[in-house]
Amino acid sequence: MSVYVKIKKSFGNFVLDTEFEAENEILALLGASGSGKSMTLKCIAGIVRPDMGRIVADGVTLFDSDKKINLSPQERHVGLLFQNYALFPNMTVEQNLCAVIKTCGKGKYPKEKLDILLESYYLTGLEKHYPGQLSGGQQQRVALARMMASDPKIIMLDEPLSALDSYLRWQVEKELTEILGKYKGTTLYVSHNRDEVYRICRKVCVINEGHSEKVSSVDEFFNAPPTLASALLSGCKNYSKIKKLLNGTVYAIDWKTSLNCSAHVPDDAGYIGVRAHKILPLGDKDNCVNKISCRVLEVRHDLFSVIVTVVPEDADPRKEFSQIRMELPSLEDDSLRPGDSMAINIPPEMIMPLRKRMD
Amino acid sequence: MDWFPLYNSLRVALISTFFTFFLGIFAAHYIAKTPRFLKGLIDGVLTLPLVLPPTVIGFFLLKMIGPLGPVGSTVLEVFGFKLTMTWYSAIFATTMISFPLMYRTARGAFESFDSTLLYSGQTLGLSDTFLFWRVIMPNCKQGILAGAVLSFARALGEFGATTMVAGYIPGRTAIISTTVYQLWREGNDALAYKWVFINLVISFIVLTAVNMLENRYKQPVGTAKNHFDHED
Repeated sequence: MSVYVKIKKSFGNFVLDTEFEAENEILALLGASGSGKSMTLKCIAGIVRPDMGRIVADGVTLFDSDKKINLSPQERHVGLLFQNYALFPNMTVEQNLCAVIKTCGKGKYPKEKLDILLESYYLTGLEKHYPGQLSGGQQQRVALARMMASDPKIIMLDEPLSALDSYLRWQVEKELTEILGKYKGTTLYVSHNRDEVYRICRKVCVINEGHSEKVSSVDEFFNAPPTLASALLSGCKNYSKIKKLLNGTVYAIDWKTSLNCSAHVPDDAGYIGVRAHKILPLGDKDNCVNKISCRVLEVRHDLFSVIVTVVPEDADPRKEFSQIRMELPSLEDDSLRPGDSMAINIPPEMIMPLRKRMD
Repeated sequence: MDWFPLYNSLRVALISTFFTFFLGIFAAHYIAKTPRFLKGLIDGVLTLPLVLPPTVIGFFLLKMIGPLGPVGSTVLEVFGFKLTMTWYSAIFATTMISFPLMYRTARGAFESFDSTLLYSGQTLGLSDTFLFWRVIMPNCKQGILAGAVLSFARALGEFGATTMVAGYIPGRTAIISTTVYQLWREGNDALAYKWVFINLVISFIVLTAVNMLENRYKQPVGTAKNHFDHED
C-alpha cells in the first residue's frame, strides 16, 4: 500500500502546493500552525477539493484534475483521525463503532467484530459510555478503533496528541505508537511537534507556508536539515546569513566572522545553522578554530540547563539573527552577568549549511 | 361558551407547524451549504415575512390564492373549491408568517454544529442520509425543537394575514386572535377577558418550553473537546 499526493489549492493569498509519496511507513507532515498540513489531509480525504493535481492511494486514483476524477469521501476508504476525535456525541462507544461496522459490513458477524475491536483498543467495559464521559486518551482509542473498523487503505492522524494534557500525553503516545506499529498500511502523521515526530515517525515531509519539501528520513532531517525552514522546525536556534569563501570556509554575515565548516557547502546555501547545545564556552586563553569573542546579553536558568544568549563583539545586537543562543548543562562561572565578555567555540562539524528553499 | 376558536386555532397552528417544520429544516440545511453571495440573497427573501407587516403577506396571499388569483382561480376551476375564507385558508397565512422563525433557529443549530462530525462520518464510509438523520439531527435537536415551538406560538398568535385570507366567520374560520378583536368591537369585555386569559396561559406554556429547550441546548452532552477544533 502506498500513497502519492501532488495537489495545488489556493485560498486568497495562501497557496497550498504539496507533493509527496509514502510507502508502508509512518510519514510525518511537519509544519508550523497554518502551514497547510490539515488542509492537505482534508484534500486527501475528499473533504476539500484541490484546484488541481492527483491523489493516488494503493493504486486507486482518488482525485485527478486532468481526468476529472474526484471520488466522494465515502468511496476513498481513507481514514482520518481528527484532532478533536470527532466521535458522535449522541451515541455510545458501542453505537459509534457499530455504525461503521454495519456500513462496512463485509463481516457477517458484527458482534464478534465489535468484541475484537473493544478488546484490542482496551475499551471493554466502556461500551455503554458516551464520548463526553471518557478521558481524552479513551476518546482517542475509540476514534482509532472506529477508524480501523472502516478498514482504511491509508490512515491519517491530525495532531492526535495536541488535545491532551501534557501529563496524559506520554501514556497516550505510548499506546498510539503500539497501535500504529501493528498497522501495516501507510500512515500520515500531522504534527507541529518535532519531539513527537522524532519518537513516532521514520520519515518527515516538511510543509512550510503551504509548500512541501523533499521527504527525508528522520535522522537526516534532524542531523542535516536541508533548508532554513526545516532547520527551524527541527528546533535549531542559531542562524546566520553567509557568503561562501574558499576551502570550506564561510563568512557569517550576521555574526561578522569567518568560520570553518566540515560539511560540504552547496553553492546555493544562503544560511548556516548551529544547534544551541553544540556551542561550547571557551576560557579567555583557550584557542581553537571558530573562536568568537562575544558579549553576554542574557543568562536564563531553565529546569535542567542554563541558556546563555550572547552576541559577537562586532555584530549588531539588535538584529535578530546576530544573537547566538547556547544551552549548557550547567554554568561553571556563576558570576556571569549580562555585559560580560565571553568566548565561544562553534565546532566546524556542527555547522549545518542551509538552503533558502528547496527546488 | 363556544370553544370553536380554541379548537380551530390549535388545529391551524399544529398543521402549519408541521409544514414549517419540514420546510424550515429543508431550507436551513441546504442554505447552510450554499456559497456566501447566494446565501445572503436567499436568506433575505426567506426571512422577509418576519419583518414585513402581516397585512402585506395577506395582500400577496390574496393576490395568489384569492378567487381571482392565478393559483386560487386554477384550483377553483379544476377542483371546485375555494382557498380563501375557509378554515384551512388560515394555514397558508400562518405557515408563511411562522416559516422564518423555524428556518432561522434551525439554521442557527446547523451552523453551530461541529462539521468535523460530518466529515469524519463521511471518511468512515457512512452515507449522507445516515449522517443527517443519526448525527446532525440528534445533535441539533434542541435548536430545531425550539424553532418548532416558536413557530407554533407565532402561528397561534397570527392575526393580520389570517383575517385577510380567512376572515372572521363564527363557527367556521374564527380563531382566538380574531375572536378577541370581534368581542372588543362588540363591547363584550367579559368574554374577551376569558379569551385573553386562555391566550396568556398558552403563551406561558410555550415560553417555558422554549426556555427549557434553550437551557439544555447550551450544554450538549459530550462535546467538551470541541473547543480544540482548529483550522489549518
